[in-house]
Amino acid sequence: MELDLTEIYEVFFEESAEGLEVMESGLLGLDLGAADLEIINNIFRAAHSIKGGAGTFGFQGISGFTHGVETILDQMRDGDRDVTEDAVQLLLESVDCIGSMLQNLKNGEPDDAPVRAALDVRIKEMLEKSNAGSATTTEEKSDGNVVEPEVSAAGTSTQRYKISFDPQPDILNSGNDPLVIFRELSQLGSYSVNVNAGDLPSLQELDPEDIHLTWEIILETSESESSVESHFEWVASEAEIAIELLGAEGAEGAEGAEGAEGAESNQIKDGNAGQQDTGAAPAQSNKSAGAAPKPKKKASSESSSIRVGIDKVDSLLNLVGELVITQSMLRRFGEFYDPNVIDELRDGLIQLERHTRELQESAMQIRMLPINSSFNRFPRLVRDLSNTLGKKINLVVSGEQTEVDKTVLEKLSDPLVHLVRNSLDHGIEMPDVRVANGKDETGTLHLSAAHEGGNVVIKVEDDGAGLNRERIMTKAVEKGLVTTGENLSDERIDNLIFHPGFSTAEVVSDVSGRGVGMDVVRRNIIDLGGQIRVQSFPGRGTSLRISLPLTLAILDGQLVRVGEETYVISLLSIVETVQVKAEQIKTVSGSGEVYLLRERYIPVARAAGQFGVQQKPEDKPADLLVIVETENIRFGILVNELLEQQQIVIKSIEKNYKKVDGLTGATILGDGRVALILDIPGLLQNLRNNGAVTQEEQDFAVAA
Amino acid sequence: MNQNSDNASTLDNSGEFLTFIIGKEEYGVDILSVQGIQGWNGVTRIPDTPDYMLGVINLRGAIVPIIDLRVKFRMATAEFHSTTVVIVVRAELDGKEHVVGVVVDAVSEVYKFDNGELQTNPEFNDIQNKDAVKGLISIEEKMVIILDIDLLIADWLPDLSAMNEAA
Repeated sequence: MELDLTEIYEVFFEESAEGLEVMESGLLGLDLGAADLEIINNIFRAAHSIKGGAGTFGFQGISGFTHGVETILDQMRDGDRDVTEDAVQLLLESVDCIGSMLQNLKNGEPDDAPVRAALDVRIKEMLEKSNAGSATTTEEKSDGNVVEPEVSAAGTSTQRYKISFDPQPDILNSGNDPLVIFRELSQLGSYSVNVNAGDLPSLQELDPEDIHLTWEIILETSESESSVESHFEWVASEAEIAIELLGAEGAEGAEGAEGAEGAESNQIKDGNAGQQDTGAAPAQSNKSAGAAPKPKKKASSESSSIRVGIDKVDSLLNLVGELVITQSMLRRFGEFYDPNVIDELRDGLIQLERHTRELQESAMQIRMLPINSSFNRFPRLVRDLSNTLGKKINLVVSGEQTEVDKTVLEKLSDPLVHLVRNSLDHGIEMPDVRVANGKDETGTLHLSAAHEGGNVVIKVEDDGAGLNRERIMTKAVEKGLVTTGENLSDERIDNLIFHPGFSTAEVVSDVSGRGVGMDVVRRNIIDLGGQIRVQSFPGRGTSLRISLPLTLAILDGQLVRVGEETYVISLLSIVETVQVKAEQIKTVSGSGEVYLLRERYIPVARAAGQFGVQQKPEDKPADLLVIVETENIRFGILVNELLEQQQIVIKSIEKNYKKVDGLTGATILGDGRVALILDIPGLLQNLRNNGAVTQEEQDFAVAA
Repeated sequence: MNQNSDNASTLDNSGEFLTFIIGKEEYGVDILSVQGIQGWNGVTRIPDTPDYMLGVINLRGAIVPIIDLRVKFRMATAEFHSTTVVIVVRAELDGKEHVVGVVVDAVSEVYKFDNGELQTNPEFNDIQNKDAVKGLISIEEKMVIILDIDLLIADWLPDLSAMNEAA
C-alpha cells in the first residue's frame, strides 16, 4: 500500500517556494565583496532545507542540483569564496532553475533539462575554479542529478572515516529519515554501510515506527571531518554519532556495500509505511535511489491555501465569542418578553450589529495579504532588466505592508510587471542621457501602495523622460484614432496609450513589447473593479496610478429601484445622478438613446426595458439618470428611485445557475430578498453592441 | 453523457423517491438529491433568461435559481397559491453541483421501489423535454414520471444543445 504523499508534497512545495523567496531576496541584498555573514547563513539554510526536503521525497534532480548551490554558499559562509557579481548571478539563476524544477514537478511536467545541465556545468566550473585558486579550500564534488552510491572522489587526498550511527528508536517521528543521510553521504565519495540488526525485537513486539537498527559506515571522501559531521547535524540530538578518522586509503568493507544498502533502505521504507513485510527487497530500494516518485497528477488542480497569521485567527475567535454572548443575551429577551426591557433589547441589537460588522471585517482580514508578496519580485526584475538595458536604476518600494485581497493580489501581478518593465525600458533614460539632461545618472523607480478610503492605491512612478507625446500623436494619427491637426489636451494624449490597438509593441523596444499592450493592463484593472490613470511630466517622469477596491467580496453599493425590482450599482462607478425630463432623451437612428449632459451626448441604458422589468402601475416613467463611468466612458442608467447606500456582500449567481449578461452577481438585502448587482462594464459592452457608443464617444472617453 | 451516472446507480439499486404533483401529473425525483422543501415566497427575476427560469431566491445565503416545470413542460401555467412549494434539489452539471429549486403544485409521497419496475424509454412522441424523463413507474395504480434532474438543467451549459440534438 502506497502512502498518499500528495498532501505532504504540497507542504514541501509551499515551503520550498518560501525558501526560494528567502534565497532570492537574500541574494539581492548581498553587498558584493563585504557580504553579511548572517544573510549568507540565511540563504544557506534555505538552500539546505530545500535540498533536504527534496531528498526526503526522492526528488533527486532537485536535491542534486541544490547540492551544488549549497556548496558554493557553504564556501562563502566559511569565507573560502568571495561574494562576486558572477557568483551572485549564478546563484540567482540557480534559484530560478530550482523554482521551475519545482513547478514542473508539481504539475507533473518534464524537466527543462538543458537549462539545468548548463547551470550545473557552470556551478561545477565555479567550484573547480576556487579549487585552483586557493589551496586551502576543501573540495566538495557535486554530482548534479545522477545519484550513484559509489562516486569516486575526484579530489587529491581522500580520507577514510568510520562513522557509527545509532539513532534513537523514535527518530522517524521527528521526520528524519536515516536513508536521506545515507544518500547524502553517498554523494561525498565511496562508502559502504554495515547494518547491525542485533537489537531487532521479535515480530510480535516490533513497532513498525521505531528503528532498532544501528549502522556503521565506512566513507572514503575528500571532505573534512566537520563537513561529514554536518550531514548529521539535524539528527545529532536524536542519535549517537561517532566519526572516526581511519587515515588515508585502505581496502576493506567495500564488498558488502551494495547489498547492505539495499537491505536497510528497504527496512526503513517498510518502517515508514507501517508494514512488517520484510520481503520484496530490491524493487523498493531501487525505486528510492532511482526514479523519483512522481507526485499524483496535478495536485488537486490548485486548491490554493492561505497562510493566516495566528493573531487574525485569534481576533476572529474572540469576536465569535462575543457574538455568542450577545446572542444569549438577546435570547433572554426573547424568552421573557417584558416591555420594560425594550431599551436593553435595543442596546443588545446595537451590540449585535457592531459585533457582526467587526466579525465580517475580521473574516475579510483573513483573505488579506500584504502586497509585498507581489512587490517582492521587483528587486530581482529591476536588477536583471537594468543589467540588460545598461541602465542604472534604484528601486524604492514603500507601503509593502499594505494589505490586499488575495484574489486581487494574484490578478494584479501581471499588470504590475508590465508597468514596471515599461517604466524601466522607455521611461528611465540611459545614464549618459540623464547626465546630459542634468539628472542623476541613476534613475529612480518608485513602487508604492497605500490605502485611500476603501481603496488600495498603487503607484508606479519613475523620474524618466515622461511620455513622448509627439510620438503618441503620430501613432494615433497613423491609427486613425485622431485626425491630423486636431488639438488635444496633454492629458488626453497621455491617456491614448490605453487605447486598444495602441500596442506598445510598436512604440517601444523589445523588452516591454511582449504583445501585452497597455490596454490589456487597463482591462485587467477594470476587471478587478479598479481604475488606472497616467500622469506624465516631460523630462521629469511618468506616474501610473492604479486604484483598486480592497476586496472583491464586498462593495459599496447604491440601491436603485427600477419598476418593481431593486438593483445594486457599485458606488465606485457612479459619477452623479441627474433628474431628466422624458423629452431630453433623444433617439439616434431610431433606437439608441442619448442624453445631453453638459454639452456632451452620453448614451442611455434603460434598465427597465433591457431587463423587461414590470413597471409599478402608480409609477411615472423613470426620470432619474444615474451617470456611471467605466473604462473612462460615461453613460446613464434610467431608474425610478434611488434607495439607500450600503455595503453589500457579493454572491455568485453562476454558482448555481450560470453567468448572466449585465450582472456581476447578486446580494441579499436586509429583508432577505435578493437584489441583482449591475455589471457596469458589461452594460457598456451591450451599448456598444447596439451601436450606442460611437467611435467619437470612445475617443472622448479615453481622454476624459 | 455521464452526468446522470449517480442518479442512475441509485436507480439501479432501487431507492426512495419523493413525488410531487404538477397539474394532473405526478412526478418523482431521487430522494437523495432533495435538499429541502420550502414555501413559495416570491423570486427576484433575472433578465434575459428562458421563460421557465422564474428567478432566484435566497436560500440560507446562497443564490438559488428557481425553475417552473409547468412552463418548462409547456403545461398550462397555474397561479401560485398557499400549497405551492419549492423543492430544492441538487443537480450535477458538467461535474459541478448546482442547487436548484423546482416549483411544484404540491408535494405528494415518498415511495420505495426497485429498478425492475421502471419502464424506461417509452416510445414517446411529441412530448416536451423527453430527455429529462427517466422513465415511468406505476405505484398503487398511479403513474409516476421519474425525472432526471441533471438533464433538466442541461441547457444551462452553453454548448450542450448541440449534443442534445445529436443524441
